[in-house]
Amino acid sequence: MNRKQKKMLIRILIAAALMVVIRVLYAFLGEGEDAAIKEPFWFLMYMVPYLTVGCDILRKALKGIKNRQVFDENFLMAVATVGVIALALIKKNGDYTDGIAVMLFYQVGELFQSYAVGKSRRSISALMDIRPDYANLEKDGETEKVDPDEVEPGSIIVVKPGEKVPIDGVIIEGKTTLNTSALTGESVPREADVNDEIISGCINLTGVIRVRTTKAFGESTVSKILELVESSSSRKSRSENFISRFAKYYTPIVCFSALALALLPPVALLILGKAPKWGMWVYRALTFLVISCPCALVISIPLTFFAGIGGASRAGVLVKGSNYLEQLAKTGIVAMDKTGTMTKGVFEVYGIHHNTLDGSKLLEIAAHAECFSTHPIALSIQKAYVTGQMWGVDEATGETALLNSGSENVHSINRERVGNVEEIGGNGISAMVDGCQVLAGNARLMERYGVEYIPCHHVGTIVHVAIDGAYAGHILISDVVKPTASQAIREMHEAGIRKTVVLTGDAKAVAEAVAKDLGVDEVRAELLPADKVTAVEELLAGKSAKEVLAFVGDGINDAPVLSRADIGIAMGALGSDAAIEAADVVLMDDDPVKIAKAIRIARKCMRIVKENIIFALGVKVLCLVLGAFGIANMLMAIFADVGVMVLAVLNAIRALYADSV
Amino acid sequence: MKKSYKIEVDCANCANKMEEAAKKTAGVKNAVVNFMALKMDVEFEDGADVKAVMKDVLKNCKKVEDDCEIFL
Repeated sequence: MNRKQKKMLIRILIAAALMVVIRVLYAFLGEGEDAAIKEPFWFLMYMVPYLTVGCDILRKALKGIKNRQVFDENFLMAVATVGVIALALIKKNGDYTDGIAVMLFYQVGELFQSYAVGKSRRSISALMDIRPDYANLEKDGETEKVDPDEVEPGSIIVVKPGEKVPIDGVIIEGKTTLNTSALTGESVPREADVNDEIISGCINLTGVIRVRTTKAFGESTVSKILELVESSSSRKSRSENFISRFAKYYTPIVCFSALALALLPPVALLILGKAPKWGMWVYRALTFLVISCPCALVISIPLTFFAGIGGASRAGVLVKGSNYLEQLAKTGIVAMDKTGTMTKGVFEVYGIHHNTLDGSKLLEIAAHAECFSTHPIALSIQKAYVTGQMWGVDEATGETALLNSGSENVHSINRERVGNVEEIGGNGISAMVDGCQVLAGNARLMERYGVEYIPCHHVGTIVHVAIDGAYAGHILISDVVKPTASQAIREMHEAGIRKTVVLTGDAKAVAEAVAKDLGVDEVRAELLPADKVTAVEELLAGKSAKEVLAFVGDGINDAPVLSRADIGIAMGALGSDAAIEAADVVLMDDDPVKIAKAIRIARKCMRIVKENIIFALGVKVLCLVLGAFGIANMLMAIFADVGVMVLAVLNAIRALYADSV
Repeated sequence: MKKSYKIEVDCANCANKMEEAAKKTAGVKNAVVNFMALKMDVEFEDGADVKAVMKDVLKNCKKVEDDCEIFL
């Protein structure tokens, strides 16, 4: 609690205590005709707690009148309470407790609201506490703590265990594990070694590392993310705009109904020749005024969005504004790029077929033949050999397949075993390996040397290998589907996505094979980057207006599509500025399962928003009706008002907990 | 030109009123008040004197909500 809140709490407590004391005294001394102490004294006594708790409201109300801000909740509370006390004075029943209690509860409600909002504000900032406070800059062999802002790109900084990485850079010395959970929501620590790029905002867990910075602090990942999160809630959602427009009309409408309620029924009764009962109708009208404050609604909706965006960023999903959260919740179609989104975007050896030698042996020979090449295909063969992936006959299919994906560098390439390397333009390589002539390349290479080869029925890039003019088998290389891709598609369907579409530049056969594997509903293949925009436009035209189309891409080459779709989701965005710029939602790591998670978080948030709107409005309308018929008195009205607000705020805070969604 | 200011205000409805008041101030193209972040983003008209405009904004905000503050 801050000072203002503490002061308010003390005022409320004093006023409540005074109330009790006065009530007790009144019961002993004030009742009956022969009371020891007479009326004006009790009125003055009661005014002490009333003014203690309500003086600021009255002061603000007067200022409001001066500034012509009539429909201001301070004014309404002032009119309602003063009105009730005035009624009690006129009726001479000495019952001032109603007015004081209403003021008291109103203040309790305001205090709670202010406390809850402050609390959630703090807990959300704590969630996003990734801002590094300092950097250990290395200068002339000594380290010095400086403001990250002062570190220039290319400087050497030291990051010790337990510290945050302050600036993006490359490790030049040391080996460690990094906790990226504040950035990606991923709880498994990431290994980092010399020459690895590391991003700011991670927490260094185990070893001391020296890092050469590659960016200034302002350009680093952590600054970008903070900027994005901080500006996110300025883009208001339709629900928020609806509520603020609603609040603008709601209060005047209720006030005028109150006026009507105070005047019309008594006048009508007068005309009918009955007793007008002015006091009763004025009391009911004042009850209206108590319910006219739109606070519960006005506070709970932005709070829900704020908490939702905070919770989502904790889970590694950055949403650029509450309007996008709202859109995301309505997503019906998800279109996605294949390369880099559903697949890793890197080539890997996928299988070895029709081999006359052992799979591993064939790979060894091919890797050596290709060892001077830097072509991506050659690199993937070298990598497969060096990492010691085990190849053997898969008993189920009868083909040579990956038996063990390997991880340590178990083999090394010995370039001395290789000689006479000749690159045969665009077709492959001819080289002497261990004294045998090895050909490695595509079908045209085989034809050129008159080697009979067996074409592959799998999709991907095929490297045929011939040893001393005899065919030795072929190596299948293809882009690897991410391990969680099919789970991601399944979860999207479970989250209520009607249709999933894959857009890709790949050949139809490749695309369809991958799509079938993943369970995607529709494939559009052989698209150039510009065609992807057209494809998305076709999909946009074919859907209903209520449904939202989301496009998921990795931000490379698809920025125009990201901005054309109703909502653009960029994934694996750590370090990719273009994607952060173009997208509306940014997934911090490249796990496609996060797409469904983002949608679920958005849905949960919108559900809470709807609950709060319906609940708060429902209770208010109910109270208005009951108040008009005299069933609800003023105390019930204020209870309903404050109670609804408390519940709505508590409900809104639920949106913060996105982990279990 | 756009600028962002820290603000102090107690209730969400008051924040909405501040937004209205700021929007109506001469020299302000658009204004967004974010109650949760306690921030006011102001977009100024071209050639507006930012300092003078913000003074007016503060004055107008004080008019609708006495208990508010903009940290200029």
